[in-house]
Amino acid sequence: MTLWLLVRRSLRQHLLSTLVTALAIALAGGLLMSVWAVKRQAHDTFTGQTGGWDAVLGARGSKLQLVLNAVFHLEASPGNVPWADYLDIGSNRAVSLAVPLAVGDNYRGYRLVGTTTNYFTQSEYAPGKKFAVVAGGRCFEDGYREALFGSFAAQRLGLKVGDEFHPYHGLNFDPNAQHQEIYVVVGILEPSNTPADRVVWIPLAGLQNMSGHDPTTAADVSAVLVKLRSPVAGKTLELLYNRQGNRLTFAWPIAEQVAYLFDRFGWFDQVLTLVAWLVALVATGSVLASIYNSMSARRRDLAILRALGARRSTVFGAIVLEAAAIAVLGMAVSYVFYFSVVAVVAAVIRAQTGVVLDPFAWDPVLLWAPAAMVALSAAAGIVPAIKAYGTNVAEGLSPES
Amino acid sequence: MPLLEITDLRKAFTAPDGTAHEVVRIPRFEMEARAQVALSGPSGTGKTTFLHLIAGILAPDSGKLVLDGVEMSGLAEPARDRLRATSIGYIFQTFNLLQGFTALENVLLGMSFGPGADRSRAEALLRRVGLGDRLDHFPRQLSTGQQQRIAVARALANRPKLVLADEPTGNLDAANAREALALIRGACAEDGAALLLVSHDPGVLASFDRHASLAEINEASRSPSTVLRSPSA
Repeated sequence: MTLWLLVRRSLRQHLLSTLVTALAIALAGGLLMSVWAVKRQAHDTFTGQTGGWDAVLGARGSKLQLVLNAVFHLEASPGNVPWADYLDIGSNRAVSLAVPLAVGDNYRGYRLVGTTTNYFTQSEYAPGKKFAVVAGGRCFEDGYREALFGSFAAQRLGLKVGDEFHPYHGLNFDPNAQHQEIYVVVGILEPSNTPADRVVWIPLAGLQNMSGHDPTTAADVSAVLVKLRSPVAGKTLELLYNRQGNRLTFAWPIAEQVAYLFDRFGWFDQVLTLVAWLVALVATGSVLASIYNSMSARRRDLAILRALGARRSTVFGAIVLEAAAIAVLGMAVSYVFYFSVVAVVAAVIRAQTGVVLDPFAWDPVLLWAPAAMVALSAAAGIVPAIKAYGTNVAEGLSPES
Repeated sequence: MPLLEITDLRKAFTAPDGTAHEVVRIPRFEMEARAQVALSGPSGTGKTTFLHLIAGILAPDSGKLVLDGVEMSGLAEPARDRLRATSIGYIFQTFNLLQGFTALENVLLGMSFGPGADRSRAEALLRRVGLGDRLDHFPRQLSTGQQQRIAVARALANRPKLVLADEPTGNLDAANAREALALIRGACAEDGAALLLVSHDPGVLASFDRHASLAEINEASRSPSTVLRSPSA
């Protein structure tokens, strides 16, 4: 009770420096937790984001590029896959579903992907979850210039069922590269929190035969999404396409390719984490400086406490506890910064990739980071506490001139 | 057996130039329990050092200091802290109240280092010194005389055997000084605490049956510049 009373009163007596220091702790703690949680959640979400598919078959090239192109709708396609190869893998006994994708156009920066309707009717983007169309709309029909919009793309473009638009050539929006064809919006997908939300889906043939495209490759596809009957089959197909063949690439398993991407940028994670820890150290250093600089003003109070019978260990403990209390105050506020930062980052990631992070998802960092910050601050408090420990009582009690 | 028994007590300080100056050299001093003694002496005669030695704030260089049967001079600092908290009340000339704490908290803090905070006793003590309606006031919100009353209540909070008062009326006007002195003496008598008061005010000294000049007791004060050791020694 005594220590707590001493700490409370001291915090109040040095209110301004208490608030400023606690704010520094809040910012540093919020940053540390944000970096950690975003890093972990992004890794888990992206590597878990297979769209319900086991593998991607594409032109010979990078597996990662294939996955990014076909699953995340990022990057360019490494090349084309002849129609015969699509039919071939589709008829393989190890494959339960194969869906072709064709890319190459956009509408105002949102990628047009040509596919078949079984992408929506037969596949599950997550266990037990199938794509659904918002009431009042429907899926496109093969042979028609119809488009089904992902929820995020529809919202950002402000389009609704019945609206018409001209696609643009290329994956990046160029106002001068407008196609002549007119497509009509026939449906909008319910949000799936997957990259599919950022896509404008049209019939495969529509994209293959878009004006200006090379008619000699009109029957080709950009990639084939593959669902296996058994995970073991992936090894056989990988052997078949990647080792024995030299025309195509079979990217399997999808999660491993994304994990590889994160591994390649592991150094960046480490730099971010290091910066966050350095900021945390600077903030706890400010606790040290704040209390240490006030020690001269506290000299008399400490001497009085000692004259009343307080032991050296008591005043030492009071200073360490005060440093820890400042960190507790700061870390309480740090959650506000944490949720704000993660919410902004999640919005950016969603806009760029369609992958949704949850700012309110539980992460162990929400527990251990505050504990670490409080422990660091308490450790920083040891320096001024040593000064308090060595207070000369007789000198401290002398009337100040 | 005396409450306070001092034999050959010595204390010297080292000056910045390295010379050691003896400030206290008291061959013998005794006080009985419940006694009230006043000591006089001009500045520089080692009054405060003497009281700090009795309170255990300073450790003597040599000699024996026995308080209530416990030889303080042989105790380590934590034990002296404990003894001070439980057996000694200290009233300072400048009161030395904690400005960030209320009147009640100042008294409670004094208790917390001793037998433990007793809110009802702290309130009763403050009522007894006339501050029953000022419990939650901070020292800066009170007059000098009222601050001195808090200091008196705090000194008596742990039912000390001995109350040390260092120029307790030095910062008060004549009327407040008389009132404060009566309060201190009366409260000590009621609580059964001995009182050792240091003052240079003749009026205060005259009110005590037993008073002495510190110069008579402290041999070092007769030659305050006594150099025990030169820097090169």
